[in-house]
Amino acid sequence: MKYGGLIFANLFRKPLRLTLTIGSFAVALMLFGFLAVVKEAFSGGVQIAGADRLVVINRVSIIQPLPLSYMDKMSRMQGVKAVTHANWFGGVYQDERNFFPQFAIDVPTWRQMYPEFKLSEDEWNNFVKDRQGAIAGAATAKRFGWKIGDRIPIKGTFLPGVWEFNLDGIYHGSRQADDETQFWFQWDLFEEKVPERFKGNVGWYTVRVDNPDDSLRVAKAIDTEFANSPYETHTDTEKAFAAGWVKQFGNIEFLILTIGAVVFFTLLLVTGNTMAIAVRERTNELAVLKAIGYSDKFVLVLVLLESLVIAVIGGGFGLLFAKGLTLLGDPTHGMLPFFYLPTKAMLTGIMAALLVGIASGILPAVGAMRLRVVNALRRV
Amino acid sequence: MVRVDGSGTSSLIRVRGLDKKYSRGGEEIHVLQGLNLDVDQGDFVAFMGPSGSGKTTLLNLLGGLDVPSAGSITVSGDEITHMSRSTLTEWRARHVGFIFQMYNLIPVLTAFQNVELPLLLTKLSKSERRKHVETALAVVSLADRMHHFPRQLSGGQEQRVTIARAIVSDPTFLLCDEPTGDLDRKSADEIMELLLTLVKQYKKTVLMVTHDPVVAKRADVTLHLDKGALVEAGRLEGAGAFSGGAR
Repeated sequence: MKYGGLIFANLFRKPLRLTLTIGSFAVALMLFGFLAVVKEAFSGGVQIAGADRLVVINRVSIIQPLPLSYMDKMSRMQGVKAVTHANWFGGVYQDERNFFPQFAIDVPTWRQMYPEFKLSEDEWNNFVKDRQGAIAGAATAKRFGWKIGDRIPIKGTFLPGVWEFNLDGIYHGSRQADDETQFWFQWDLFEEKVPERFKGNVGWYTVRVDNPDDSLRVAKAIDTEFANSPYETHTDTEKAFAAGWVKQFGNIEFLILTIGAVVFFTLLLVTGNTMAIAVRERTNELAVLKAIGYSDKFVLVLVLLESLVIAVIGGGFGLLFAKGLTLLGDPTHGMLPFFYLPTKAMLTGIMAALLVGIASGILPAVGAMRLRVVNALRRV
Repeated sequence: MVRVDGSGTSSLIRVRGLDKKYSRGGEEIHVLQGLNLDVDQGDFVAFMGPSGSGKTTLLNLLGGLDVPSAGSITVSGDEITHMSRSTLTEWRARHVGFIFQMYNLIPVLTAFQNVELPLLLTKLSKSERRKHVETALAVVSLADRMHHFPRQLSGGQEQRVTIARAIVSDPTFLLCDEPTGDLDRKSADEIMELLLTLVKQYKKTVLMVTHDPVVAKRADVTLHLDKGALVEAGRLEGAGAFSGGAR
């Protein structure tokens, strides 16, 4: 670090300019951080979807039901290890803005299908015994300040009346991207209270296969089994299902990439111009360095390092700020299933900042490297 | 002894048939033509001449900052005219100390840090570098200003820092381009005294370009450049040979 003094002295030559340039990086990377949070919220489920799970829905749409009788048929199919089912409830808790997903679940089969959701045996057993019982995800419980034992009224939307539940347990995801916003209650209660015309139907099935490599074959077998019936099925891997779900909101990834690209390109112009000015006003100093024995390569690296230091400091600040804000809590109040900035996104952000640092510094650095001492000193 | 007839055999700096041409707007300008020069260790040579006579060009060639169109320059047995750009850079770091008219100090570094710059290229430890820098600053009588920035120093003091930077790595010779050109008479005298001290006390070889005859007089020998050739000398001692009479 014997050249550290030289690098930092040059950086602090114009403190205001340094602050503004670092600030540009910080703002850009903070925005990148927020975009990454949103992208993760939409695509995190896709990334962590179970490789050995299939989702079976009505071929027409997920809104259309499937007969409960399919469960036994699927359970007997070759390559199928387990089957569970659920229904969408879509009720309102206090206010329509308080959205969270509510599922009527098949209690005997649900837990083994989703081992990633953790809760104590006591809580689960209480839930099993309690026909009006419910389990809430930790994020939803925290959002509404629910405690175990609370009575939770949820007003039906397509089903009439107010449904009252007893909160018997709170589950936690075992991975950061696990959805902790769900609310489960017993399918038996749902079946008991729905109008006659809805009885004997489920919203969707989840199927666990023996071998993930066999998923496509099993999916095809299921759809073939129920082809030409009144309730044809569409079976997909859980990953494909989650991806399809995300796509309903539009091409989030493309949107984020476009915004990110525009931000970084603007940043490139701003920083590139700053570095070019910084080098131009130091032409004679760089010439003197070369005259006293500093190599062309050294001058190139010196200018590039200055650009990189700005990028890393500014980018680091921006990402840390974004991370800090996500740690403060979810400003969407649970509208997004997860609200966190993954480490991978932070590393990507730093890499992006470094690339912009290199790209913005390379032209001035090459110019400085090619500077001819005699010409530069003549200009002084 | 300084010679311009190309007869020297074991000089510290030996220049033979030096040519430098520039092409400007399609026109070829012959700045130096067949120039010969021999300078021994401890010589203090002043180059004078009208603007455009090639003084600074000669200094740049001697310092390895520019390459000649023809001819050769040998310093301590090293022929520098055929060195690659990177080798020449390393050679400059070891052999040449530059002193410029406009000082060319780095404004964001203190006097100490400016003087330390050439030593960062060496393998000296931090404490060794410190010792060398303190010695160099003591030689130029600026030990008490080592933590001052250039803007906190007078012109004469800045030039002394430049001299300290030039001598800190103990180069083979010093090249001074109008070292007093931006100074008042008193400061100029102080700088010249300092250069003389370096020559007399530390046996440094100094080659200086100046427009000022008063300054040139302080050198052992004054050579005049006109139309690309060394045509006149300060103290003639024989056909094309000039000795440092002051010593």
